[in-house]
Amino acid sequence: MLAIEDLWVNIDDKEVLKGIQLTVPLGETHILFGKNGSGKSSLLMTIMGFSRYQVKQGRILYKGEDITHLPTYARARLGLGLSFQRPPTIRGVKTADILMACAHGRISPQALAAAYDFTPFLEREINYGFSGGEIKRSELMQLLAQDPEMVLLDEPESGVDLENLQVVGEIIGRLLQKDRRRQHREKSGLIITHTGFIMDYVNADRGYIMFDGRLLCHGNPRDILQDIKNFGYEECSRCLR
Amino acid sequence: MSEVKKRAQLSRDKKAPLGPDLDLADFSRHGGEWAYDPDYQHFAPEERGHLLKAGIELTDEDHAGTFLQADTRVVHCQANRPGVEVLPITQALATHDWVAQHLWQLVQVDADKYTARTELDLDNGYFIRALPQVKVEQPVEACLYLRTDRFAQHVHNLVVVEPGAHLHIITGCTTHPGVRSGLHIGVSEFYVREGGHLTFTMVHNWAEDIHVRPRTGVLVEAGGTFVSNYILLRPVKTLQMYPTVTLAGEGAVASLNSIVIAHPGAQVDIGGRVILKAPHSRAEIVARTITTGGLSISRGHLIGLAPDIKAHLECRGLILAPTGQIIAIPELEGHVAGVDMSHEAAVGRIAAEEIEYLMARGLDEEEAVSTIVRGFLRVKIEGLPPGLEEEIENTIQETGKGL
Repeated sequence: MLAIEDLWVNIDDKEVLKGIQLTVPLGETHILFGKNGSGKSSLLMTIMGFSRYQVKQGRILYKGEDITHLPTYARARLGLGLSFQRPPTIRGVKTADILMACAHGRISPQALAAAYDFTPFLEREINYGFSGGEIKRSELMQLLAQDPEMVLLDEPESGVDLENLQVVGEIIGRLLQKDRRRQHREKSGLIITHTGFIMDYVNADRGYIMFDGRLLCHGNPRDILQDIKNFGYEECSRCLR
Repeated sequence: MSEVKKRAQLSRDKKAPLGPDLDLADFSRHGGEWAYDPDYQHFAPEERGHLLKAGIELTDEDHAGTFLQADTRVVHCQANRPGVEVLPITQALATHDWVAQHLWQLVQVDADKYTARTELDLDNGYFIRALPQVKVEQPVEACLYLRTDRFAQHVHNLVVVEPGAHLHIITGCTTHPGVRSGLHIGVSEFYVREGGHLTFTMVHNWAEDIHVRPRTGVLVEAGGTFVSNYILLRPVKTLQMYPTVTLAGEGAVASLNSIVIAHPGAQVDIGGRVILKAPHSRAEIVARTITTGGLSISRGHLIGLAPDIKAHLECRGLILAPTGQIIAIPELEGHVAGVDMSHEAAVGRIAAEEIEYLMARGLDEEEAVSTIVRGFLRVKIEGLPPGLEEEIENTIQETGKGL
């Protein structure tokens, strides 16, 4: 589904990704671990094509097509969808307007919101005055409306209170077709998480540790998370599993 | 000569404190001899389309009253609902003795050359009144139309909303499609009596070389509400106005909303002042300004003279072109303890991260900008004709192009 080949990326003159090599096959969900500033969000933003992230070398392939230099909207239309960690507030633009734009008539924003107790937010300005949990729910509702095949989630559980964690987890499970057997899944995922909580709601197939712009370690995501808890990121980065 | 006339004479060349000074000799005082048009038969399709962009539908249906003045001539005027009066101001002066006493009370005749010339050389104007307790849902449609090139139109309007009455007026001020230059001076005095409610929606649709100088004063008595919606989406050369609302009675409310686009070459200087004289009165001024290359000055002035008043001022500006300029000037004056007044002003360009956020949802850059602009200009305005709403939407789409 998604293949990244020797990807080197700068923000201004600073190297933030250094030779990333990554493949996410159809139906699989991969987890990215790493401490703050290691380059995890930069990787997702680069995959989505944000202008600040300048690709110096390498390629991003989506379903075999080179999307390295496609504009962001074209990637979204091809089937990539990103849940932002800290999305901007856009004054005056209602959440319902964005859901409508995401859905392209495929689904009614009202029906979607009603299913997840999100109706009161439809008339509110997008992200304006939202709590951490409300922001995450809003992001995930947009992805549900967008219905991407490659789901990119940047810390979907950060700032979410216990009450909302389950809802967030359920939406992510739906986005990634957790209830289907792997061979029947049509969606793939790449998820950044610090807590690993999200792994209770998705079928995480593979995990990585990112360190200083490089993917250093991969393996079973639960094992990796346990190692991080036991030994910390520094030690994990030395292990080079 | 009356005292008012004397004051006008003395001020006939008085420069206005704000806005570019105009030489009135540059404009003609010879308007067209337009005939009365009871069935709107004298309007070509092109004109109808142009009028619609100012919110004018040219029909008596669904309107509580209609008034249309082309240059100096009132070409259509009628009231369609009991309890609503619509007359040319000259006729109203002849009909009601008290009308004269209501003129030049809320706007000073000697404020500047524009007010003075209106008194000295009047081209009519409208008188609209809702009788006590008459609540009209359908709007009264009024149109002040420049149909002759280089003409300077001087009108004086009077609106009286009697106690407990509700009235919505949509005023469209525009030019004939063939008119390129001219001057519109509109003096307006509005009285909202106790418990009355007036919504006044004014849509301007001018041309590149038109100069506009509205002069407006509003008095709101106890429990009364005045809502003003002002929309300027199309080019104009210079426009300067600073309506003043006085909340004179307890619990009076004023809400002034404006949506303005300053096109290249335009100088738009728009303000709004509310004087809160009575306890528990409330006021809100909300201005949304976009420049695509012109100069826009957005002023707001709240004056709190009584305790327990609440007032808020919000000026937000969006610069969509390198040569555009927006100056926001919010002023708050609290003269007694117990006032609650605030303001919020912000001027800037659209943040790249906002555009990219929407692009990540599949909107291309143009669609993303349009969505942001549409949101920015979203000020709740009730009862706009569908044709005008479509026009606003088209303008937003155009504004988003090529940025």
